[in-house]
Amino acid sequence: MTQMKETSMTDSSITAGTTKGAQVELDQLVRTYGQVRALDGFSLSIAPGEFVALLGPSGCGKTTVLRVLAGFEQPDSGRVLVDGNDISDVSAQKRDMGMVFQSYSLFPNMSVINNVMFGLRMRHQGRSDSRSKAGQLLELVELSDQSTKYPHQLSGGQQQRVALARALAIEPRVLLLDEPLSALDAKVRAELRDQIRSLQQRLAITTVFVTHDQEEALSMADRVCVMSSGHIEQTATPAVLYARPTTAFVAQFVGISSRVPVETSGNEVVVFGQRCPIRTGEALSGSGHNDALLRPEDFGIDIDPNGKGFVTHKSFLGAITRLIVQVGEISVRVDVRSDQGADIELGTHVTPKVIARDVLVAPRVAAAPVEPL
Amino acid sequence: MATIGAAMSAEFMMEEALAPQAPVNRRRPRFRTWRLIVMLLAGAYFLLPIYAGLKFALENDAGHFSFFAVKALPTEPGFGAAFWLSMRLSLVTVVLSMVLMVPTTIYVHLRLPKVRRVVEFITILPIVIPPIILITGVLGSYPLWLKASPYLLSLVYVILAMPFVYRSLDAGLSSIDLKTLVEASRSLGGSWFATMRRVILPNLRPALLSAMVLSLALVLGEFTMASLDLWETIPVWIVNFQQQDGHVTVAASMLGLIGSWVLLTLIVSLDRSQSRRSLRKTGGL
Repeated sequence: MTQMKETSMTDSSITAGTTKGAQVELDQLVRTYGQVRALDGFSLSIAPGEFVALLGPSGCGKTTVLRVLAGFEQPDSGRVLVDGNDISDVSAQKRDMGMVFQSYSLFPNMSVINNVMFGLRMRHQGRSDSRSKAGQLLELVELSDQSTKYPHQLSGGQQQRVALARALAIEPRVLLLDEPLSALDAKVRAELRDQIRSLQQRLAITTVFVTHDQEEALSMADRVCVMSSGHIEQTATPAVLYARPTTAFVAQFVGISSRVPVETSGNEVVVFGQRCPIRTGEALSGSGHNDALLRPEDFGIDIDPNGKGFVTHKSFLGAITRLIVQVGEISVRVDVRSDQGADIELGTHVTPKVIARDVLVAPRVAAAPVEPL
Repeated sequence: MATIGAAMSAEFMMEEALAPQAPVNRRRPRFRTWRLIVMLLAGAYFLLPIYAGLKFALENDAGHFSFFAVKALPTEPGFGAAFWLSMRLSLVTVVLSMVLMVPTTIYVHLRLPKVRRVVEFITILPIVIPPIILITGVLGSYPLWLKASPYLLSLVYVILAMPFVYRSLDAGLSSIDLKTLVEASRSLGGSWFATMRRVILPNLRPALLSAMVLSLALVLGEFTMASLDLWETIPVWIVNFQQQDGHVTVAASMLGLIGSWVLLTLIVSLDRSQSRRSLRKTGGL
């Protein structure tokens, strides 16, 4: 599959550099719907050719950002700049942004080739030139043999690839992807994910990708922007976002985190009796009662017959085994190497130990007493 | 265990094979009989008057089969003018309805989805308000130059056709993802005109055809307003001429009915043949 894709892309005359990525600047965007503040001073800078994913739960404002960028929504205040030019008042028709929608949005009355040609014809390109370029793009998405079919004769994955070809045909300054994979089954989604990423890198096109699926965002994007309630929680590379979340929201939304009630004092926190440095993050309410947010790999365990924790669940996940350890009223997830975890039985008494170099601490959400170990 | 399981399965299968079949066999003929009775009654209700009309139109005064009424129809005084007036009014009404209602309905779907209920209510009003009240109001309030023109009727027919036209278009627009299609077209550089012409209207073709046929049928059958506005359209001519020759006026009614059917069938088959052609072109059939 990969080999076939590589071959077809090399053969195509659509090569890197055909489309030049643009610098995008979203500056203090505010958008309200009645009482709801969908965007609350949203600012983001995207470098030319960069692939940025907007990740967040439903209603966090990520699609609003994309729609404002596309020109389908007008912000109440704030600016949209592309290559330094303020395009806030430019209509969607003139923004040169290719958009791929969740619901495919192919024109049902047009064949595949005519769908791809549509944007070119709207730009007054000749019929034969448009046809030739549309053919190249269909080759790029491996659908040249489907060019005369109509959208209803294609599978969901094929339709979305046509939509991608159609968006790329106009050589957009920015490619906007609005949850393009969420309507597809798992296998097709994985294939198309690779294909989109590969095309984006090859064409070096600035891309904004909206998703609520963290796996998609982390695996495809150069940078991930995690959003909540209309503002940015954290923008970072996938690796940094996972390993060094700066807010409790990010720690819990991206990956898995256990929330452990702790006592903080100065720059230190005590987790299960162990002193750990506090990671720089969101403002704390000062010393006192807080929560530590720890990933399964932030913990290790000592098998200890006198330990106050015991194993309540055990899941084999291949290279690692995930344990749930109950310490008093607190449950924490702990990852161990599967060869080490093989002998750990349910009910085994253990002592969890923090092995991370620092700990993210957030204001406590529920006043649960810390069980001293 | 396995033996018990197998025995249970066999028993279960036997029960299942025997039990449901008996009632199905008993029920099916009874269901068919009722269906046939209902169809015959409905058929008689619709077809008997048409049969009676056709029989009367194809008889001479002595009660023998004859085409004299049909042959005489074009030469009867006033028929040609009435026919031509009805055709002109139909055309103007259909064009006006489409020009007014298509953009309005699209705008409501795209930009004002919250007022759809209000618009639906407004479009029902012409059904609720009796035509005689409507035309009395119109004749009392419109300027003289407009009252002197037969096309005043077209303006009123647009209002009368509004419930049918709006509902056809509303159903058509609800069946497509209008907002996304428009946004896709706009983001690809399509102007509003190009989006309407190349994306929305082709996908609304069945709804547009349906709205046109309904408007046409309404104009061709409307009597009250034309009569009160003193214009002799086909229905008014039929009523007026009835005093002179019943056979001819019934023949005119039957021809009108058959003409509407032919038109409807033509439009529907045109739509189907276009769909088939596009499928054949792509190897879909």
